[in-house]
Amino acid sequence: MRLLLPALLILGAATILPAQDKASVSEAAIMQADMPKTLSEFGFFDGGAGRPLPVLIAYSLRTPLFSDYAEKQRFIYLPPGKTVQVEEGSGRIIFPVGTAIIKSFGYDDGGGTLRILETRLLLRRTDGWTALPYVWREDGRDADLKLGGKRINVRFTPPGRTQQQISYAVPNKNQCKQCHSSNNAIEPVGPLLGNMEFADSRGKERLLRGSGYRGDKIMSFARWDDPASANVATRAASYLFVNCAHCHRPSGSASNSGLFFDEGHYPPANSGIGKRPVAAGRGSGGHEFVIAPGHPERSILIYRMNSLDPGVAMPELGRATVHMEGLSLLEQWIKDMPD
Amino acid sequence: MAVLAAMMAFSASAKTIIVVNGDDAQERLQEALILAEPGDIVEISEGRFRLTDGLSLDVDGVTVKGQGSQKTILDFSSQAGAGEGFLVSSDDVVLREFAVENSKGDGIKSKGADRIVYHKLRVEWTGGPLSTNGAYGIYPVESQDVLIDSVLVRGASDAGIYVGQSRNIIVRGSTAVENVAGIEIENSYDADVYDNVTTKNTGGILVFDLPNLLQKGGRNVRIFANIVINNMTQNFAPKGNIVASVPTGTGIMVMANRNVQIFDNVIGDNGTANIMVVGYRNDFDDAGYNPIPSMVAIWENQHLRAGWAPDFPGGAEIMNALGGNLPPIFWDGAGGDTHAPLIADKVAALNLGLTDIKASPLSASPSPLAAHGALPDALPQIILPESMEAAVR
Repeated sequence: MRLLLPALLILGAATILPAQDKASVSEAAIMQADMPKTLSEFGFFDGGAGRPLPVLIAYSLRTPLFSDYAEKQRFIYLPPGKTVQVEEGSGRIIFPVGTAIIKSFGYDDGGGTLRILETRLLLRRTDGWTALPYVWREDGRDADLKLGGKRINVRFTPPGRTQQQISYAVPNKNQCKQCHSSNNAIEPVGPLLGNMEFADSRGKERLLRGSGYRGDKIMSFARWDDPASANVATRAASYLFVNCAHCHRPSGSASNSGLFFDEGHYPPANSGIGKRPVAAGRGSGGHEFVIAPGHPERSILIYRMNSLDPGVAMPELGRATVHMEGLSLLEQWIKDMPD
Repeated sequence: MAVLAAMMAFSASAKTIIVVNGDDAQERLQEALILAEPGDIVEISEGRFRLTDGLSLDVDGVTVKGQGSQKTILDFSSQAGAGEGFLVSSDDVVLREFAVENSKGDGIKSKGADRIVYHKLRVEWTGGPLSTNGAYGIYPVESQDVLIDSVLVRGASDAGIYVGQSRNIIVRGSTAVENVAGIEIENSYDADVYDNVTTKNTGGILVFDLPNLLQKGGRNVRIFANIVINNMTQNFAPKGNIVASVPTGTGIMVMANRNVQIFDNVIGDNGTANIMVVGYRNDFDDAGYNPIPSMVAIWENQHLRAGWAPDFPGGAEIMNALGGNLPPIFWDGAGGDTHAPLIADKVAALNLGLTDIKASPLSASPSPLAAHGALPDALPQIILPESMEAAVR
């Protein structure tokens, strides 16, 4: 609580202050080949994480990556006059040079107010994407570049459970790339049109304006936590795709595992069914297969999702808590598989 | 030429970034590794750096240098995140003269890191052989041109030195003690493993190929002039991993590879066998995978005692039938006679007769395996880019 008080005061004060009309995004900060020390140099926020400029396009995901129960706010900044393209089939959005993808992470302060801890940027520069992590100051007015990452003690209450305290990890710059990596180049993970939602429909309109996309080719992702949206297997596939496939695909950081959860077509073993571990070490938990159909209790996938030990836990990064709800979905899925 | 030109360009503006121990060592060291530019040296001072997270390097052409493997110690006992102690994902990197201790997962991993050099490093789990130790000590994977020279690895619950899905590899002058596998070359092409000492592991040196990986069909491996003695540490690998099936007391083991040449080694005091050539006998679902080893040649090795404590199903029965000892070399018979290893060592060898890859080990019908007159042409020596050899001179 000691940490939260100043942030609350600032939030309170901020609502009284008139918004500055002249706030605007700095295209130079996005484009130039260096690493701005503070987030404010980009001009995405007008004095605090809770005040994104209207030019930013807010979106959310039907099935998001689990990040220790943090709440996330996602924005896209498109350079004026530039348009995106939508890849047929995958729905992957191809962004123009000058784009910024902005993602803030925070927790409820216990009193219903979201306190943002960090904001991560993906900047589309002329030579490709750059990932930069920023950590908000205690006064909430600006955030500082933390190339080396940072650990922050956080208290929060997961749904239906008691309060927990964790050592929340802000990733370092290299760790950003570990997840956002395709053939060793950085790329965005989240913006697949089938998984995106826009609270403000004009946001979607603005994002797709000029793209030529007519809205008829992309299947919506199942919502992992909504039984009405799809059956268990479909929701499990959605969950694995979003939480695992950014590394577990042939072009990703876990290519060497031979375990793939992306949209490719593989023999069952490469999807985990009856697959023996390669480099799991004690991550195997003494089990023989990644997925043992009918037996979540004998499946390495479940064992690793249920662990907090850094030598065992999957995903490897950003996992200081177990995602109990995701875990039970996958347990159900494996249990339902014919033995 | 492109590589050479790049190296020269690096040196024009190269600088040394010194990182000393103390407060915020984690953040400072990680920042130095991020801010380094091609050609730079990140020099880590003497001391025990108590780290809380994995470190990583993603800049080409950087050297990370300590003050010696007993003096600069990266201590991961309190590691709270990341799957390894140190991760390298860039090319032309040299890691030298420091130690990694007690990482929660692997010790040092390099993935897709071409022309990586590991020199005079120590990776150790200081509690000795425990199943709670990390899997691999030194772990290059998916890389072209790998040099591992004069390192020491102790305590890995899988392989001390593990080279996976790579090509053009040298592992030399190194010591692997009290790991499950001392040195393992897996799903890799073109490797020389020489002048190493592997002792007190479960298995000294393994050459394996596994199904369902992006690179498979492991081949062209020379294992020579190594000392592979007393690998009698009880297998402590977590079940499920392939090395958990390595019999305690294994010297050199070849599984499902082709063109493997084993010569001029001193091998002994290994209770199961000094040299073992076997097929991959688990079920698999991979049309492109060949589970049967072929063209394995064995000559001029010096054998000490072996085969008094065979640690595989049916092993004790075979040993008793043979009068209380297995010969120092055996082949499981996978694929039948055309796949038999070519042996010119002057010791007895055994064929377990398990021709069918699906046969139960308990159905073995052992027979002597004759020495073979003709050996294949020697595989060519592995040559690495000169920049890599220069880094260790």
